[in-house]
Amino acid sequence: MSSFVLRAGLVVGPATSQVADVLLVDGRITGVGVDLDAPKGCHVIDASGCWVGPGFVDLHTHLREPGREEAETIESGALAGAVGGYTALMAMPNTEPALDNVALVSYVLDRGARTPLDIAVAGAITQGRRGESLAPMAEMAELGVRLFSDDGTGVQDPSLMRRALTYARPLGVRLAQHCEDELLAAGGSMNEGAVSGRLGLVGRPRLAEELMVQRDIELVALTGGSVHFMHLSTARSLDLVHQAQRRGLPITFEIAPHHFTLDETYCEQFDPIFKVHPPLRAKSDVDALCEALRTGGVDAVATDHAPHAPELKDLPFDEAPPGMLGLEYAASLTFEALGDAPDPHLFFSVLSREPARIAQLRHDDVRVRHSGHGGALTQGEDANLVVFDPHATWTAHNEDLHSHAMNSPYDGRALSGRVRATVAKGVLVVNDGDLV
Amino acid sequence: MDWHQGDLVIDSIRGQNLLTLNDLSRHALVEVLDTAESFVEVNRRAIKKVPALKGRVVASLFFEESTRTRLSFETAAKRLSADVLSLAVASSSVKKGESLRDTIATIDALGIDAVVLRHQSSGAALQVSRYVPHVRVINAGDGLHQHPTQGLLDAFTVRQVLSERAGISGQESGAALFQGLRVLIVGDIRHSRVARSDIAAYSTLGCEVRVAAPGTLLPADIENWPVQVVEDYDEALEWADVVALLRLQRERGSGSFVPSLGEFTQTFGLTLGRARRLRPTTIVMHPGPMNRGVEIDSRVADMACTVIERQVTNGVPIRMAVLYLTVAGSSGGVS
Repeated sequence: MSSFVLRAGLVVGPATSQVADVLLVDGRITGVGVDLDAPKGCHVIDASGCWVGPGFVDLHTHLREPGREEAETIESGALAGAVGGYTALMAMPNTEPALDNVALVSYVLDRGARTPLDIAVAGAITQGRRGESLAPMAEMAELGVRLFSDDGTGVQDPSLMRRALTYARPLGVRLAQHCEDELLAAGGSMNEGAVSGRLGLVGRPRLAEELMVQRDIELVALTGGSVHFMHLSTARSLDLVHQAQRRGLPITFEIAPHHFTLDETYCEQFDPIFKVHPPLRAKSDVDALCEALRTGGVDAVATDHAPHAPELKDLPFDEAPPGMLGLEYAASLTFEALGDAPDPHLFFSVLSREPARIAQLRHDDVRVRHSGHGGALTQGEDANLVVFDPHATWTAHNEDLHSHAMNSPYDGRALSGRVRATVAKGVLVVNDGDLV
Repeated sequence: MDWHQGDLVIDSIRGQNLLTLNDLSRHALVEVLDTAESFVEVNRRAIKKVPALKGRVVASLFFEESTRTRLSFETAAKRLSADVLSLAVASSSVKKGESLRDTIATIDALGIDAVVLRHQSSGAALQVSRYVPHVRVINAGDGLHQHPTQGLLDAFTVRQVLSERAGISGQESGAALFQGLRVLIVGDIRHSRVARSDIAAYSTLGCEVRVAAPGTLLPADIENWPVQVVEDYDEALEWADVVALLRLQRERGSGSFVPSLGEFTQTFGLTLGRARRLRPTTIVMHPGPMNRGVEIDSRVADMACTVIERQVTNGVPIRMAVLYLTVAGSSGGVS
């Protein structure tokens, strides 16, 4: 391992920030202070004008391996994540086959260990994600799995969800739910509303999401289990969860950049790039999500990075698979959504510290194999950091993507704020905005 | 609410694609009706053919089964002297394992000027138009979205009947006969691309449009549509100048949106009893194929007030007009 110093950035702690140097030696933070002496041969990275904070943790990444390596691999997804400022990714279990047993989870953990990032795994809640019977959660928890999900879809059967929560509780793991009642969503392909009716596309009503949110809140109250709601997309969903959190229930949630930057009108041209579940909602929902983000009412921003091979996005809108890329622009989009005077503490809270807490990947969490994330940037912590330039302006171009897939909805969009450097597992992976 | 998508309003389909009627201006609609009228005469000749599209190639690409629309389009293309490539693609693109883009690229490689596309997915015609920007795309029905030529031929048929009664030509009448015309559309609005195209055409042309249907067969956002939902169907039948019935889309699962076909007929079918409420001048329409005994009583279907056969006949001149305007563009004239 090498040593290097991040020179003169705004070092953003959980509560305070100061312009300082951060010295990293052999994978750890060995010093934080003004005008630190750099050891001989130390690589100096100029961070002046930039924010230096804990590397981002994505709670929701589809890495597609095994089964759909033409869309993404663990390796390509990790590199895309690094460019986006991420130092840890939570791999979703809806691979082919689904990550519902120790052998498959081990495979992804081992492949992940060979990438520059920490790749944590969300195990499936039910066998084959079929929503019929519980997957071996205790065995997977032994391997270090701390989050379980059937994402792609939610656990539809309320009785099975109750059982899963009751079973998960003593294991100290959390269930991450994709909230959509599929019977009410009725096979729809966009938000139900003024646009869907005119376009003749079957709609997925907001209520399909909100009913499952409400159901699971009450199941959490009943069982004492913990739930993390994934990619909440409606104003009402946020209200419901805020109420539940005020009741003291162990509930967390994430929102995805596409839900707070794009609305349903993007579907007007029938471009399947904009098809996603839950769907892009109305402008009023987008505004509500942004407002919550700005005012500290959001636990985490997670990408729901969902690579798809190009030919699948050339299908008709109703036949195309849902999902869009997210890792490489999430930080810039979050930064923009934080408004004219973005709060760096809030920025690192939603992108790093809270996700790390939810994923149990912090420095003081009991971790089986991964390094610590979402830290306070104090001496002794594992070196997982990001340097973010809040003054940068740039343009998203699909040809610049590091993912195997190209299904980003942001091609040509002007962005502000950019990841300058990523240090993951003690290694400088990204510098000057691109892979080293 | 404004039904025009974005700010784009097309004032003429000359040299353009025909994907939806939502973005056509009144002028664009009337231009098609007027052009079609000049083709009606061609269809009455002993030799029903003009050289307007001689040497042009029109591909008819039907992903969904259709008899009358396909036949009507191909007849129209042939009467314009175009060469017709007819390709039946029965199964969905997914089942075939080929993307829509690849399918259309294959057809395009044969050298075509226009493609007439029927597809079970909403938006397919618009997607195809992005893949082959140099080819004119004519939507012959896409999912639940639009069936533009049906909307046009329905408006054409109404204008034809009314102008005959007024003793003037349709072309002379322009859009005047549509002003304030009371149109009642009945039945499966929710699953009907014909309804969406009809409503766009009639409302842009100046009609007052009302709809009658069981709540489940209305779209969830009907309050945003440029129509009024009638509370009393029987009263609305007396109100209407035009009653447009829709086919109950049983193949799209519409059967499960009503308790039974019998109950649908009881409540919203045009039964013999209800037909007596119609004023003698009221025009009854149906896009076909009819479910006789479901949305319309067999005897009503054969009554003098219906123009169902006329609609089929008018399909050919309307589609000739559409092909002529979109493919020949502004060059050349009707001869």
